[in-house]
Amino acid sequence: MASVTLRAVKKSYGKNAVVHGVDLDIPAGTFVVILGPSGCGKSTLLRMIAGLEEITAGEVAIGGRIVNRLEPRRRGCAMVFQNYALYPHMTVAENIGYALKVAGLSQAERRARVEKVAESLGLAPFLDRKPAALSGGQRQRVAMGRAMIREPSVFLFDEPLSNLDARLRVQMRAEIRRLHQRLGATSIFVTHDQVEAMTLADLLVVMNEGRIEQAGSPAELYAKPISRFVASFVGAPPMNLMDGRIAANGEFLYDEPRRLALPAGLPLAAGTLLTVGIRPEAVTIVAPGAPGSIRATVDVVEELGAGRVVHLELAGQPFAVATAGAVTVRPGEAVGLVLPAETLHVFENGSGKRLDITARPAEPAALSA
Amino acid sequence: MNRPPDGPARRLTGPEAHERRITELEKRVTFSSTTIGLLFALPMLALIFVFFYWPSGQALFWAFTLEQPWGGGNRFVGFRNFIQLLEDPVYWGSIARSLVFGLSSTVLAMGVALLLALFTDRELRGSRLYRTVFVWPYAIAAPALGLAFRFILAPEAGLLSLINHAWPGLWNPALDGKDAMIAVIVAFSWKYVGYNFIFFLSALQGIPRAQIEAAAMDGAGPLRRMRDIQLPLLTPTLFFLLVINITESFQDSFGIVDIMTQGGPARATELMVYKIYFDGFKGLDYSGAAAQSIILMLLVIMLTVLQFRFIERRVHYK
Ligand SMILES: Nc1ncnc2c1ncn2[C@@H]1O[C@H](COP(=O)(O)OP(=O)(O)OP(=O)(O)O)[C@@H](O)[C@H]1O
Ligand SMILES: [Mg+2]
Repeated sequence: MASVTLRAVKKSYGKNAVVHGVDLDIPAGTFVVILGPSGCGKSTLLRMIAGLEEITAGEVAIGGRIVNRLEPRRRGCAMVFQNYALYPHMTVAENIGYALKVAGLSQAERRARVEKVAESLGLAPFLDRKPAALSGGQRQRVAMGRAMIREPSVFLFDEPLSNLDARLRVQMRAEIRRLHQRLGATSIFVTHDQVEAMTLADLLVVMNEGRIEQAGSPAELYAKPISRFVASFVGAPPMNLMDGRIAANGEFLYDEPRRLALPAGLPLAAGTLLTVGIRPEAVTIVAPGAPGSIRATVDVVEELGAGRVVHLELAGQPFAVATAGAVTVRPGEAVGLVLPAETLHVFENGSGKRLDITARPAEPAALSA
Repeated sequence: MNRPPDGPARRLTGPEAHERRITELEKRVTFSSTTIGLLFALPMLALIFVFFYWPSGQALFWAFTLEQPWGGGNRFVGFRNFIQLLEDPVYWGSIARSLVFGLSSTVLAMGVALLLALFTDRELRGSRLYRTVFVWPYAIAAPALGLAFRFILAPEAGLLSLINHAWPGLWNPALDGKDAMIAVIVAFSWKYVGYNFIFFLSALQGIPRAQIEAAAMDGAGPLRRMRDIQLPLLTPTLFFLLVINITESFQDSFGIVDIMTQGGPARATELMVYKIYFDGFKGLDYSGAAAQSIILMLLVIMLTVLQFRFIERRVHYK
């Protein structure tokens, strides 16, 4: 178990800057998930922590010790790669035990520890097979075993589940979480699957274009996304976002004649361009024309067993509503939607930053000059 | 479905006709008979026949016959030519030298190429320039190469003449048989280093980077990773190159020997392939030379079979 600290960590490939100054404190024993779209620099960041990629600027410390110049093997990290990167010419036992062999442990000791790890991962029957003769899920376990056997202080996972089918993914997700509870090692898990991120993380870090957009608990990020980007990335189905402007009476105009009451206390001038978001779970469907409702047309209804997602069209834009109850609406039908003001998220139009009633004291007038 | 009978009176129209035309087109690209296929293959077959089967047939014919002393064609003599050869210690000498030459130059050419490839792979991931530059020596004809090395290794004026300045007479391939053997081995290896390098480098670059990184995470340093990960994954390439290098060292060495040493001094570099040429074209003993060709061919076949039997087992195909 060790803490991991990143201080203004940057990475450039030649002139091409990929990570632009990341600061992050990971307390020992935390399960951190780094979530972000493809190409935002998640893997690069992870690989800099592992020591597989040179750090262009800034500092990485593991357990309070700066490791910038340390080789991967001296950092006490173990990594599970996306494609597992198993050694194809070694058996499962040799794959798992390779780190111990390099460390110079005796054959007997190695065998004992490999068997123990294999047992805990259900790999015991496959110890003498080569990776080519394993299923995807079994290979994934071998990759986990190879990382576990070293009893590292930090586990690094680079999208380890993305090559598995949906069922196995859920199963392995739970297993990784269980493993973390048992071993308690600090874990950094990279993914672009937001469900994976929400379910696994103690600390969820959303990255965008080489920067940390927001870091916090999954519940925090869900409840108060700091930007339009985080709002659209965290939560499934994603938050509905509507562009519009402030009307003279302080209401939100999203589709000229249509308007929506905003939470009170937003110090906004008429004409300000805004994006307003609402979670699909916060919306209720009512009869069309009901007071305080806005009109939309049902497009598709997705049955999820425990709940339903109704996809609608609102002012020409797709809009989703998630509900646990039964729905009786049919495609093509007009319905009313109730968007409670207190559940709305308001974002600046240009920067996409969250505007908050509390977090936003009246700005000095000088700024606008 | 009732189909109207096909006849000249019936005209197809619309999509049906279109479909039909397509099937006709498709039919036209497959060969109706093997004749056309054979015609296409003919130029290549002719080449193979002229440069392989015909000479091989000739060699077989000469190897089992002897020319009559006073003319009158060839007389079948069974294995006499072979027995005569195998009783000749000079011939055994050339076999031994060929084996020494083949093994040394293979080890040298492959070893140097492997080292270069390992270092290049570490430093220059993806650099294409090196790959092309390194293969050039392979494109040089053996005689030209031999000539170049004759100058380079000349005892009086070549690069190695420095050695003779320091220790007079230490290096002289024209007089010392061992030096001469070293010279032809070096020249031959130089040619194949580039060839081997290309194969090694592309095989190394074909090893997924993540596997090497995984080994680095597992605590293996660069040398350990070479030994435990890269070399085992290179074994198919190693094996392929071993077969090629050994085979070529028995055949492709002719030009180099001919230009650099002509088998001398005192037969010290007379390899099997050179002796075939010498006995056949200088000594005009066609039958003896033909028998030697057959033996050389059998030897190469045998070595290849041995390699497949005993070395291929250690190869890890993916
Ligand atoms: N060796 C490299 N040279 C140049 N650019 C690179 C290199 N490796 C990565 N990049 C660039 O860095 C950026 C971030 O890459 P990275 O692999 O970290 O993305 P990622 O967030 O892991 O994406 P994904 O979810 O697709 O794996 C990308 O734009 C990529 O093109
Ligand atoms: Mg990645």
